[in-house]
Amino acid sequence: MKPILAETSLGKPQQRRRWRSDRAFPYLLIAPAILLFALFTLYPIIESLLLSFQVREEGQYVYAGLANYERLLQDPLFWTSLQNTFTILIIQVPMMLMIAMILASLLQSALVRMKAVYRIALFLPTVTALVASSIVFKTILDENNGIANYVLSWFGIAPVAWLADPFWAKAALILVITWRWVGYNMIIFIAGLQNIPRELYEASSLDGAGPIKQFFAITMPQMRPLILFAFVLSTIGTLQLFDESFILTKGGPDNATMTITLYLYQNGFKYFDFGYASAIAYVLVLLIGGLSYLQMKWAGDDK
Amino acid sequence: MMRHNRIAGLPVHLVLLLAALLSVGPFYWMFVGATRTSGEIFSTPPNWLPGSNFGTNFANLEAGIGFSGVLVNSLIITTLYTIFSVIICSMAGYAFAKFQFKGRNVLFFALLVAIMIPYQVTLIPLFQLMAKWGWLNTYQAVILPNLAHPFGIFLMRQNMQAIPNELLEAARVEGSGEWRIFTSIVLPVMRPALAALAIFMFMFQWNNFVWPLLVMNSSDMYTLPVALSSLIGLSRIDYGQVMMGTLLSTLPILVLFLFLQRQFVAGLLGGSVKG
Repeated sequence: MKPILAETSLGKPQQRRRWRSDRAFPYLLIAPAILLFALFTLYPIIESLLLSFQVREEGQYVYAGLANYERLLQDPLFWTSLQNTFTILIIQVPMMLMIAMILASLLQSALVRMKAVYRIALFLPTVTALVASSIVFKTILDENNGIANYVLSWFGIAPVAWLADPFWAKAALILVITWRWVGYNMIIFIAGLQNIPRELYEASSLDGAGPIKQFFAITMPQMRPLILFAFVLSTIGTLQLFDESFILTKGGPDNATMTITLYLYQNGFKYFDFGYASAIAYVLVLLIGGLSYLQMKWAGDDK
Repeated sequence: MMRHNRIAGLPVHLVLLLAALLSVGPFYWMFVGATRTSGEIFSTPPNWLPGSNFGTNFANLEAGIGFSGVLVNSLIITTLYTIFSVIICSMAGYAFAKFQFKGRNVLFFALLVAIMIPYQVTLIPLFQLMAKWGWLNTYQAVILPNLAHPFGIFLMRQNMQAIPNELLEAARVEGSGEWRIFTSIVLPVMRPALAALAIFMFMFQWNNFVWPLLVMNSSDMYTLPVALSSLIGLSRIDYGQVMMGTLLSTLPILVLFLFLQRQFVAGLLGGSVKG
């Protein structure tokens, strides 16, 4: 009799406590993330929006409406940084994705042996630090004694001023970014290619379609969502370009490789104009949001 | 037929071979540079083979940036960051994937927005916060701000949705507590996803540059990328030393990659494709 009594009298409250802690459990799970997120992500996002409407007067930040944004519109260097970033973006992203697609298709072809070795070799750059790869390319692309120009000289090409000429400095950045990210996109595409049903190719082979025709009639349409995904990701990445131009060219020569983020960095942490730098950051938010939206919409409408 | 294939395959092979060569070449050049003097790295015709300046470069690197100290900084920061971010992201991911609670949808929407927002937006207020708290030149300044990585939480949620509810219900019927279910059923089942996330986080932090550059101004607190960039900023750059630093900071992640390729690819592609 006694044990049963003990069990019922103890069991009930325990059960209730248990039930209550179960209700709280999901909150316990997300509490650390929410706390960190609120403090280190949400607060800065809001604070920098407020900062972007403030200018510094006698050491104090005071609200000045759209002053920073108006100043941006009239700042030739800001326009240069926008133009540079977009020039690099427009050439680099399609070129890189095209190369990645070609490599992925070649690696998928039945003719190739040692696929794993090629995949590893091409993916390797993706794991390196941007700082490290930029440093290595700084030596490779040296105008007078770099190996890039040496190899080009075998084909009778005169030395290229990779890092000293405004045009070629952009080309150098495009080269380095492409080197770093081709393998990444290639792996994405390979995964996509493997998911295309074989029957589609077999059926069109019976209809007499060659590999090139198949590529455009089957592969490209099937890969559309994945190509879009890679396009959006690469666009976002290139819009944020910083490490490479910081190490390789410091934004030079003659601001030819000044990017949006590098300009933000200079204003924020060289001139300590936090309000102006925050305005640049929010222009970047708008650009990324707008471009991503357009790319998705363009792809959605076309279907 | 066989013969036809081989001939058709030749250009394919040549293209792939060239691409692989361009891809791996810079790594080889990094290694060669680490074994040569600055002058030898920039000589015409180039020195294609490794030299004998390995030891001197290492000694210079140690004297120049205090390499071992910088390496320890990077190791501590990256290790702590990886451990805690994986714990925090998997906890939050589990809550989003398997529980109904008030505010869930709002929070999840906030998470998706946060993934889209570029990190540049947070740099300045975060820097001010760190300065205000006296956290400049501390490990926590690099570790804490990115711990609740929105993408990591998202990745965990996607993966944990695949856990069958019956499995969790069965454990509940048997009387297991929720924490016990999480630690002894959910986490073991999720091991591949956790490994992928850990690698993603490790790589992110090991290679992280902008944020440590801002909050670590004293050379004894530099991480590897920041220390390397400080060498590049000098007026006379000793490239032998720099290439040695580049090699030594790349090597750990390269070795890790060669051993854990599958997890690397899974982590870097992050649930975007099921390959």
